[in-house]
Amino acid sequence: MLRLKASHVMAIKSLFHLLALLPIGYLVWTVLAGRAGGDPVQYIIHFTGMGALNALVAVLLVSPVAKRFKLGVLIQTRRLLGLYVFAYATLHICAFISLDLLFEWSLLASEVVKRPYILVGASGYVLLLLLAITSVNRVKRKMGRRWQTLHNGVYLIAILAPIHFYWSVKSEVIEPSIYLILFGALLFVRLNWRQLKKRFQVRAS
Amino acid sequence: MAINKTTKGAASPSWNEKAAHVTPEAVFNDRRNIIKALGLGAIGASIPGQVQAGIFDLFGKTRSSTPFVTRPLSFSPNTAFGQGEVLTPEQKVISHNNFYEFGTSKTDPIDNAQGFKVDPWVLKIEGLVDTPLTLDLDDLTRLLPLEERIYRLRCVEAWSMVIPWVGFSLGALLKKAGVKAGATHVAFETLFDPDQMPGQRSRLMGGGIHYPYVEGLRLDEAMNELTFMAVGLYGKTLPAQNGAPIRLVVPWKYGFKSIKSVVRIRVMDKQPPTSWNQLASHEYGFFANVNPAVDHPRWSQATERRIGEGGLFSATRIATLPFNGYGEQVAHLYKNMDLKQYY
Repeated sequence: MLRLKASHVMAIKSLFHLLALLPIGYLVWTVLAGRAGGDPVQYIIHFTGMGALNALVAVLLVSPVAKRFKLGVLIQTRRLLGLYVFAYATLHICAFISLDLLFEWSLLASEVVKRPYILVGASGYVLLLLLAITSVNRVKRKMGRRWQTLHNGVYLIAILAPIHFYWSVKSEVIEPSIYLILFGALLFVRLNWRQLKKRFQVRAS
Repeated sequence: MAINKTTKGAASPSWNEKAAHVTPEAVFNDRRNIIKALGLGAIGASIPGQVQAGIFDLFGKTRSSTPFVTRPLSFSPNTAFGQGEVLTPEQKVISHNNFYEFGTSKTDPIDNAQGFKVDPWVLKIEGLVDTPLTLDLDDLTRLLPLEERIYRLRCVEAWSMVIPWVGFSLGALLKKAGVKAGATHVAFETLFDPDQMPGQRSRLMGGGIHYPYVEGLRLDEAMNELTFMAVGLYGKTLPAQNGAPIRLVVPWKYGFKSIKSVVRIRVMDKQPPTSWNQLASHEYGFFANVNPAVDHPRWSQATERRIGEGGLFSATRIATLPFNGYGEQVAHLYKNMDLKQYY
């Protein structure tokens, strides 16, 4: 069986940093080179949103992969990936507010309240923000068991994010559908069947 | 003379043979294909075969190795429209397009439409007319005197541009054919050619629209002086991504009404179906008049991002005007109508 040492973890973390940062470089290059079209605003918003979604897929893949291949140390990369979800989501929202709304705060307020897909996305982001803030070791220790309860919120984010994506598009629903299925699958594999069965039997008897 | 004939009659126009352009453009396109393929590769790995085939259609043989060629037009400016407006730069007008036949992203049309063949072209004007017309490519720029009009274009997605179109009024064209009594509506249809239009081949790329794209107007809307058939912009024939060789421009309605690459105009006695309305009738009505008071169910229509000169932060958010500011010319068409109901 493959064994991972601390040095390997460092290498994997560096690789994840690289994979997460490369798309940002690509985005900057695309926009500066004029390859994102005459008005790249929508492109930037979409690109950063997809970045957040993909990073979230990566986060949720860590523990199934770690379990399946008995690579427990991989769990150490989860915070890093989670913070990239937060970073991309932050860029996504900043791009929306600055480039699309052009800092019309009143419009932001009314849009968040009136538009369900923005409300869904914004709720997910607030939760994500809480997770990011409490990701520091010291805070984690202080929070004790409540930390895990809060961080289970990532599963709620995994439901909100693809709904937000699906709801936001005009008609091109195939890609958002793929993400809905993907996140559904990532949540599905987490269900503890034995425990569910036991509970069901207890209730039945 | 003989040379002229060959050029006109040949299936591939003369510009295709200009060797000078071939290599650099092909290299450029290949690089883009590779980059795009990389970007989607990760998604591709996780989905079933049939959908995957659709994705890889994107990187297939749709890209032409020669750029689409436009030519200068002669026309007279019509100063009645658009005086004092700041034009959206040509480069932005031709690289930020919704033309789902060539893909759903804003840059797909400029990327995928360069090989679009508009010669030969056939535009039919038919239905309830005295003389049905069949126009070829040359007729489009010769049949009627061309004029330039500067119009605001307001997209239903809440961005807008100011564009100098070249063309003629639809009313003038319909008068040539002679509208019969009893006619009430006009229907339009875009070319259906999946070989040339990747969005019509692959549902993934075409956004789920039932092609061919169709649009329609009430007869009085069609005959309004503002309603325009554009054959050019910025003084030249239309680029492929903007709807070459001929498109409708209805400046007081959301952009999706202004159907591109038209092959059929049919005068009818009932309201024709329209593509976006078929796809999502609660979001897109038949009329689709620009109206800041009626929001799209998923976003506000009260303001719009005006795409003007300059870089990323240069756009401005301005108030959207009823009928896109053309109320003086068209508000009377909807005098007794509840525009909240007939959106």
